[in-house]
Amino acid sequence: MATLVERHNVKQHKLRTAAQQSRVDGWRRRAPLLPAVIFTIIVTQIPFLFTIWYSMRSWNLLNPDGNIFVGLENFVNIFTDSTFRTAALNSVIITVGCVVAAMVLGIIFALLLDRKFRGQGFIRTLMITPFLIMPVAGAMLWAVSMLDPTYGLVNWLIGLVGIDAIAWTSTYPVFSILIALVWQWTPFMMLLVLAGLQAQPKDVLEAAQMDGASWWQTFSSVTLPQLRRYIELGLLLGAIYVVNTFDHIYLMTAGGPGTSSANLPFYIYQRAFLGFDIGQAAAMGVVVVIGTIIVAVFALRLLFRSFDIKD
Amino acid sequence: MATNVETVPATPPPSTKPVRGASSAAAKRSRNAVLLTALTWVVGLLFFAPVLWMVLTAFKQESAAASSPPSFFFEPTLDQFQAVLDSGAGVYFANSLIATGVSTLLVIVLGVPAAYALSIRPIKKTKDVLFFFISTKMLPIVAVIMPIYVIAGQIGALDNIWTLVVLYTAMNLPIAVWMMRSFFQEVPAEVLEAAEMDGAGLLKTLRTVLMPMVAPGLAATALICVIFAWNEFFFALNLTAATAPTAPVFLVATMTSEGLFLAKLSAASVLASLPVVIAGWIAQKQLVRGLSMGAVK
Repeated sequence: MATLVERHNVKQHKLRTAAQQSRVDGWRRRAPLLPAVIFTIIVTQIPFLFTIWYSMRSWNLLNPDGNIFVGLENFVNIFTDSTFRTAALNSVIITVGCVVAAMVLGIIFALLLDRKFRGQGFIRTLMITPFLIMPVAGAMLWAVSMLDPTYGLVNWLIGLVGIDAIAWTSTYPVFSILIALVWQWTPFMMLLVLAGLQAQPKDVLEAAQMDGASWWQTFSSVTLPQLRRYIELGLLLGAIYVVNTFDHIYLMTAGGPGTSSANLPFYIYQRAFLGFDIGQAAAMGVVVVIGTIIVAVFALRLLFRSFDIKD
Repeated sequence: MATNVETVPATPPPSTKPVRGASSAAAKRSRNAVLLTALTWVVGLLFFAPVLWMVLTAFKQESAAASSPPSFFFEPTLDQFQAVLDSGAGVYFANSLIATGVSTLLVIVLGVPAAYALSIRPIKKTKDVLFFFISTKMLPIVAVIMPIYVIAGQIGALDNIWTLVVLYTAMNLPIAVWMMRSFFQEVPAEVLEAAEMDGAGLLKTLRTVLMPMVAPGLAATALICVIFAWNEFFFALNLTAATAPTAPVFLVATMTSEGLFLAKLSAASVLASLPVVIAGWIAQKQLVRGLSMGAVK
């Protein structure tokens, strides 16, 4: 009997040490991760909790007495605010328009570059440069040197074929912003697609050519499916960055004329830093995050597939 | 084919036809190749033209820069670069250097161990942690700028370069974790096992086996962090004033404070863009891997 209890105790002890062991091992594995996770939570998540708190207050920095709890009033105001709807629509137009146009151009450029010719490396280097130019510099370059009604190179060019000068950024503000953005993001898409083209198994292409497939047949039935993963990745990563576009709008149109070319980041900036309306701006931030989460749930599934991450 | 001709003499001799067809097809192909090359050059130069124009304008006098029609021939001058340096650009560039350099270093210090814990010795909930990191990149920056501004104001951290260092670290850390994880995963498990069998400790394995293998990946990660931190404008605009502004803020200040000085603005733009442009030109391979967060080789 005594021995049985003893044996039981020994067994318990062994079990406990095994559990402790695995717990120790678990923490040893987790330890290198913790600094990064804790840092990221403190800097990115905690401010957002404050944003939620602010969003339920009527708080204008110019009116120090007015910091009071108003519940969901800010949210009600947002949905009756037509400028917010315009900004939301502009966000969608700018993001989708930019990544799609940049991807189409990127595919064309990548196809042009994916053959051996004299100066291949040089031309590729030129083509990636717009992505490396500081976005603030790129935005001002387009706003002033390219699209300015009087000094702009674009108006001079279309003047050569007899088209009258156009005040680009005030007549077509969203389109002007898109031009500059597409110029900046095309190299990004081009580099991804080019990597995809170069990863193609050459024997499949040769087999298709031997079978007498035309260029278009080869492209649409062999190359394009092969590129699909790269295209999805480019569109997704591009969208993550472009949806936050602020520099180009701030510098090219300042959201104008009126508020016609403001996107959500710019409009929220205006409310917060020019209108000092913290409560209203925070509420918009919350709405944007909810919208982003809805889109992100679908987008992330795509991303995890691209990276072959399994449960 | 020859037998064909002999047995069926009525048909025109087909022997020459395919030969001529082949040679003309070859000629057509080489003509197409020349045309395609020419087209690629034209497209490439056109696409680059705005950058070239910016560089040319930087070497003009203001009068030549703001001429209509545009002036293509002019006497190049370094006056504008001199004017930029004279107008106190040094402080802005020094701030950019600190914000970029220190934040990139911090990202590596925090990100490499994290990526290790998500690949080589993975924890159980790897997927959830990766999801967490990337979801912070999807959180719109505007949604957190108000509390950051208010809190920084309360603790006296407005217009302080270290505030930007912290924010840029948080901005790039998720990308770095994803990238470094991709690179670590390419290290074959046998290599690490072999090092352990030889009795090498963990730190020694890391230093002598793992790090050399992922060095190109580390370079790609650092390059991407440098690009995004150097070019960042939104935080710099809202959180800095006289002490801690960075290079992008300098460009805006040049434009707004002095009216339209096109040539000087172009010179400032060239100087501000140059570090990242040169780094990107040199490390084109790393750029592709970096931009895809390591997914594309």
